[in-house]
Amino acid sequence: MSDSALQVELVAADRLVWSGQATMVVARTTEGDLGILPGHAPLLSVLVPGVVDVTTAEGETWVAAVEDGFLSVADNRISILSERVEMSHEIDLEKARQDLDRAHAAGELDDAAIAALRSAEARVRAAEKAS
Amino acid sequence: MAVSLREYRARIKSTESMKKITRAMELIAASRIIKAQQRARAAAPYARELTRAVSAVATFSNVDHPLTTEPEDPKRAALLVVTSDRGLAGAYSSNALKEAERLVEKLRDEGKEIDLYVTGRKGEAYFKFRNRPVVQTWTGFSDQPTYDVAAEIGETLIEAFLRETEGDDEGVQGVDEVHVVFTRFRSMLLQEPTATRMLPLEVVEGTEAPEESDLLPLYEFEPSTSEVLDALLPKYVQSRIFFALLQAAASELAARQKAMKSATDNADELIKKYKRIANQARQAGITQEISEIVGGVNALADATAGSE
Repeated sequence: MSDSALQVELVAADRLVWSGQATMVVARTTEGDLGILPGHAPLLSVLVPGVVDVTTAEGETWVAAVEDGFLSVADNRISILSERVEMSHEIDLEKARQDLDRAHAAGELDDAAIAALRSAEARVRAAEKAS
Repeated sequence: MAVSLREYRARIKSTESMKKITRAMELIAASRIIKAQQRARAAAPYARELTRAVSAVATFSNVDHPLTTEPEDPKRAALLVVTSDRGLAGAYSSNALKEAERLVEKLRDEGKEIDLYVTGRKGEAYFKFRNRPVVQTWTGFSDQPTYDVAAEIGETLIEAFLRETEGDDEGVQGVDEVHVVFTRFRSMLLQEPTATRMLPLEVVEGTEAPEESDLLPLYEFEPSTSEVLDALLPKYVQSRIFFALLQAAASELAARQKAMKSATDNADELIKKYKRIANQARQAGITQEISEIVGGVNALADATAGSE
């Protein structure tokens, strides 16, 4: 039964970023990296800024950087919700690297700075992974 | 001639240039409204999935969260009024403000104090002119709101809601309820000012009755129900505010298009009227000149006839 593919929707606050069939989805939740294959039990989880890695039904992979959000799995339907989503090809690697350096240099580790650091890291990783 | 021909011509000219302006604004509003509707549509999947997730949590756990708890004796309410930044949109902003006033009246009758939060310069000016204190205003985005703005507004309102009503250490008072007044976009012809209560959240199973196939599966929550809820509910509020802003933006543009269309039509009418009067004046001038000449000739003829 688990041979049916996953129906994935990657949704940002202001647009639907990607939707389609996939065989595997890897995302980073508060509990750590989570891989989902078809037939996964219903799950609702909190995402942290990180990289979402999707293997499509055609065997291709794509990655995207997400910020805080949610992941819900039910009946082979996965929706990944995040306020901000950037597909790897939308990310300007140079700029992301600069952001990351700046976030590192800032030093001050309040919540906002950490969040900025994490999201910069996620974007750099997504962009590097894709290239 | 009451007013000279020249003056009528000047009026026609200025009305014509005014018409050009209103016509251009009508066209701009028309093109932007399509974009606004697209944005509203693009934001729909996020809101839908978020609502699904919230109702999933609500169904499978005893929702007991500060954001959903009804305060026992609500004393203070926050009111977010969504208006436009610019005028020339007919009664758009004043309708929203009227609805807001109605709600303020109602809440006062229930014995609640009101904290006002306003988006849009028109609303800001309205309350400033009346010397009514406004806690916070956001301006400059009314016709194309971004999610960031909605998130910021959401955070501010949630913070106010979670603060103690009696005031915290610095004496800043919180609120027990949060209401939002915005203009709902029904169609190009109909936009309704609507007042809804945002907080405390009433978790309902979506807006439509769930179909058989929609029966929610038994979710596992990671890391835990309460933590998922903690993360989920603020986002839900922000998404609702984003929805309100998008609806308001579409309504504003629709109202502006309608207002500008009637202004253009009215300018047409005026030009027609002025042209008629101007032609009349011109004709009267010609008639008068002829009768003056004829009268002069007659008088001359009479004079020469009399002398013979």
